[in-house]
Amino acid sequence: MEFLVASAVGLLTAAGIYLVLRRRTFPVILGTSLLSYAVNVFLFASGRLASNAPPILNKYADVAYSDPLPQALVLTAIVISFGMTAVVVMVALGAYLSARNDNINMDDTAPAQGEDA
Amino acid sequence: MSLFLIAALPFLGALFPALLIRAGRNASASSAGLATGLAFIGLMLHAPAILRGETVQVGLEWLPALGLHANFFLDGLGFLFATMILGIGLLIILYARFYLSREDPMGQFYTYLLLFQGAMVGIVLSDNILLLLIFWELTSLSSFLLIGYWKHLPEGRQGARMALTVTGMGGLAMIGGMLILGNIAGSYDISVILQNKDAIQSSDLYLPALILILIGAFTKSAQFPFHFWLPHAMAAPTPVSAYLHSATMVKAGLFLMARLWPVLAGTPEWFYIVATTGLITMVLGAVIALFKDDLKALLAFSTVSHLGLITMLLGMGTKLAAVVAVFHIINHATFKAALFMSAGIVDHEAHTRDIKRLGGLRHLMPVTFVIATLASLSMAGIPPLNGFLSKEMMLEEISHTSWMQSPLAMSILATIAAMFSAAYSFRYIAHVFLGPKRDDYPAKPHDPGFGMWASPALLVTLVVLIGLFSAKLVGPLVAASASAVIGGEKLPYYSLKLWHGVTPALYMSIIAIVGGLVLLALHRPLERVWNALPRPEAKVIFDAIVGAATRLMQGITAGLHDGSLTRYGAIMISFTAALSIYAFSTGLLGAPTRALQQAGALPIVAWLCLIVAAACIVLFHRRRFIALILIGIVGLIVSLSFNYLSAPDLALTQISVEVVTIILMLLALNFLPKDTPVETPVLTRMRDGVIAIIGGVGVGGLIYAMLLRDFAFPSISGFHVENSYKGGGGTNMVNVILVDFRGFDTFGEIIVLGIAALVIFALTEAVLSTRVRAYLLNRKPDIEQAGDSHPGMMVVVTRMMMPVALMVAAYIFFRGHNLPGGGFIAGLIAAIAVIMQYMASGFGWATERQRFPYHGIIGSGVLIAAATGIGAWFNGQPFLTSAFGYVHLPPLNEFEVATAALFDLGVFLAVVGAVLLALESLSRFAWQPGSASEHAMDINPARDDAEQDMKEA
Repeated sequence: MEFLVASAVGLLTAAGIYLVLRRRTFPVILGTSLLSYAVNVFLFASGRLASNAPPILNKYADVAYSDPLPQALVLTAIVISFGMTAVVVMVALGAYLSARNDNINMDDTAPAQGEDA
Repeated sequence: MSLFLIAALPFLGALFPALLIRAGRNASASSAGLATGLAFIGLMLHAPAILRGETVQVGLEWLPALGLHANFFLDGLGFLFATMILGIGLLIILYARFYLSREDPMGQFYTYLLLFQGAMVGIVLSDNILLLLIFWELTSLSSFLLIGYWKHLPEGRQGARMALTVTGMGGLAMIGGMLILGNIAGSYDISVILQNKDAIQSSDLYLPALILILIGAFTKSAQFPFHFWLPHAMAAPTPVSAYLHSATMVKAGLFLMARLWPVLAGTPEWFYIVATTGLITMVLGAVIALFKDDLKALLAFSTVSHLGLITMLLGMGTKLAAVVAVFHIINHATFKAALFMSAGIVDHEAHTRDIKRLGGLRHLMPVTFVIATLASLSMAGIPPLNGFLSKEMMLEEISHTSWMQSPLAMSILATIAAMFSAAYSFRYIAHVFLGPKRDDYPAKPHDPGFGMWASPALLVTLVVLIGLFSAKLVGPLVAASASAVIGGEKLPYYSLKLWHGVTPALYMSIIAIVGGLVLLALHRPLERVWNALPRPEAKVIFDAIVGAATRLMQGITAGLHDGSLTRYGAIMISFTAALSIYAFSTGLLGAPTRALQQAGALPIVAWLCLIVAAACIVLFHRRRFIALILIGIVGLIVSLSFNYLSAPDLALTQISVEVVTIILMLLALNFLPKDTPVETPVLTRMRDGVIAIIGGVGVGGLIYAMLLRDFAFPSISGFHVENSYKGGGGTNMVNVILVDFRGFDTFGEIIVLGIAALVIFALTEAVLSTRVRAYLLNRKPDIEQAGDSHPGMMVVVTRMMMPVALMVAAYIFFRGHNLPGGGFIAGLIAAIAVIMQYMASGFGWATERQRFPYHGIIGSGVLIAAATGIGAWFNGQPFLTSAFGYVHLPPLNEFEVATAALFDLGVFLAVVGAVLLALESLSRFAWQPGSASEHAMDINPARDDAEQDMKEA
């Protein structure tokens, strides 16, 4: 089980990094999404893995619980990464619509597009 | 008056001049004078105690963990400097009121001046070197503003930059030296450091600390080879020069040397570095000053020379020399401030400061003539003025000092310096005021009004009085501050009087004065020789160094930051990977302590799906739509894994966020190109692949290593498990952590989320207000559209699901405290319920039925959360302390009521508002006239005109 989670995190990271290094906005956004998954699972897994041990207190029996703290942190991280993705998507869209170009790198050779001539 | 208040008054006062300038220049100047005057009076209230040899201390712990205390203390030395800073400051404020012309923004001037004054007072009152360093840097910054006050003059701007660069760099060096000193002494409090002379001088780090601190002091006090900034700072208005270069800024370096004298002085290193530098500066400054034609440049180099003199005295390391140094600091401040002001008067009235164009002014400006003459003679060291006294004592002291076993070297050099000093002082009188009256002055010079000459006149009165009655007038002050300099030890015997008998110093004085007259007589031929000599021009060298540094940095910056985000990303990731590899290869990894868990068939299937999906995203990322669908699969598997691995809350959150994110990206993709072109060469892609694989292996390996080992330190999770029910009143620990234990974090999170949504809204507004709007309105979809944009089936289903979905949201919300759920998840579900309506029935239909603006929903959420938190105050508890109790309302079972639920309601509203505002903003791009159908459903049984439609159809 540990190997499955670790290899999945590694693969998501690798795929995320590769896409983040692309030159167009959309792949970069996909890349950051994949990196978010990887980071969230990483943080969650830092509480160690356990099945059938939800962090819900059982008043009647003494049972094992998975670590609630990383879960709480990751929960807000998921929501915040949505906020981040939304802002980045908006920036990318605004930039594309204004410049008709979704390249993320500045090109010094060509005059800036999208400005009123 | 408390030292806190004295130190704070100039800063408080700095607020007023800039504001009151609207009420007139007098109001502005008076407010500056009032603040300074109050601080001065406050200081004087301490005078009796200080002159008795006592010290006044106040302290406040600021950042005790760093050893930074807001400690102030006032001893003789601090008192002397504070008196000069505030006293001369007061005179400068008066002088500047009449000096500045109508075009100059006077409010700004006084504000800068008071800021500078406050920083200076802070330096001399600080009892903590970290605090002192803060004020030290403040003087550099505020003097920058003052020197560059005439922003329209290029010399002013260049001079200000040069002063800031030199003194700022010195300040940086000094920070290092001070920190070393503090570490040796074990405290950053000056009063403690001063007790640790032996520890400091025997430390191996004494020399580095000494050199670093001296760089700071030398740059500030314009000592060779850092002296060149001071003449360039003369581009400032004369009141600034008079203030900065007589009593304050340049004296800060001297103050520091005097302040640390008890622990740093007395070693051969100190003697040879400080005394030699001082001596060189003194001679060099005096010689250059003689050949300067600009009045202020002459005074600037004479200042450099006198600062060298004082530095040399401090460098000698004997107690008597320290007494003389203190005495000369007082004398120099009085005559030099007066001289600068008189130069300013000449400039103001004659419209030139060029000595070659002046002369014969004694008839036209008798008052100025008297002031300038007395001050000059004092500077030349003519009895019975105060400059004579301290110069005489200096020469006496020097005649007993040998340098590298040579008993005469210093005496000869000092006499030469004194000679040149006398010569330029005489020149100031002779070439400006004496001689025949000319008829080619640029303006008609005459004495200024009383307001302008009052300040220098007062100072010159002091020059005379101190000369005549030195022992009575300044004896106690000199004694108090000198004993502070030498660390409170017994003062050596000295006497402040005009006649010391026939001593070597007397001969040296006579040689200097006679020599000075000869030099003046020979000025013209000497000047020709001087001008023929090759001289290094400091400004050229400085500009060349700055230029080279700038080019180097531009090269590096342009190489690293060439506008390619891809490149930054690659550099950052590679660098992080390199650091991690280094850490891994040098760190320790213990043996695994946890057993591997067996994975069943289900996890392996999920894992395979994820691997395939992720690999396909990389392979097919150019086809954006497919990549988006694959991302959805990854998200789904991640949610399922959370569920499988005992994190039901995470699973619920992830899956609902997933829905929203995918819809958002779909909306965006509608406008973006649907495919990514191949741009990068294969080699680049392979390089990126290598970086990605290294990163992936590293992260995967790290988590794998972590998963096989137990916590290195006990985790704090146990606390949360134990107190979740007892303290938080809930059995769902994750939710209790979110709304209770870490409620403040959550509060911050919802604010961030709200801000993100508002940013999206604002960006939409901004983009849609440009010509993009026209483009969007006329845009033809680039992919084939569905024939029916609002399929009837979908409309019916979504509308039926709306109440159900909201009910689910409510259910998830209410059970959140005890079972998986809560505000975040419920908010996402409710948002999805609304989004479904947008999707099925169209933007126009949904917007029409929306009653509350989403901004308001976000705001109310944040406010409810805040109000819940504040509620705790009324129970005398800290912010966000939760309370809970049990209520029994028949016929319901007993149920729990917790304030945390109210907080969670805030979270719920903020999430709903933020998600919907983000998506709604993005959807507005798609709006086109006519796209909102009047009726969402083409066939609507409830519609009045349904039958008619049917007939038409």
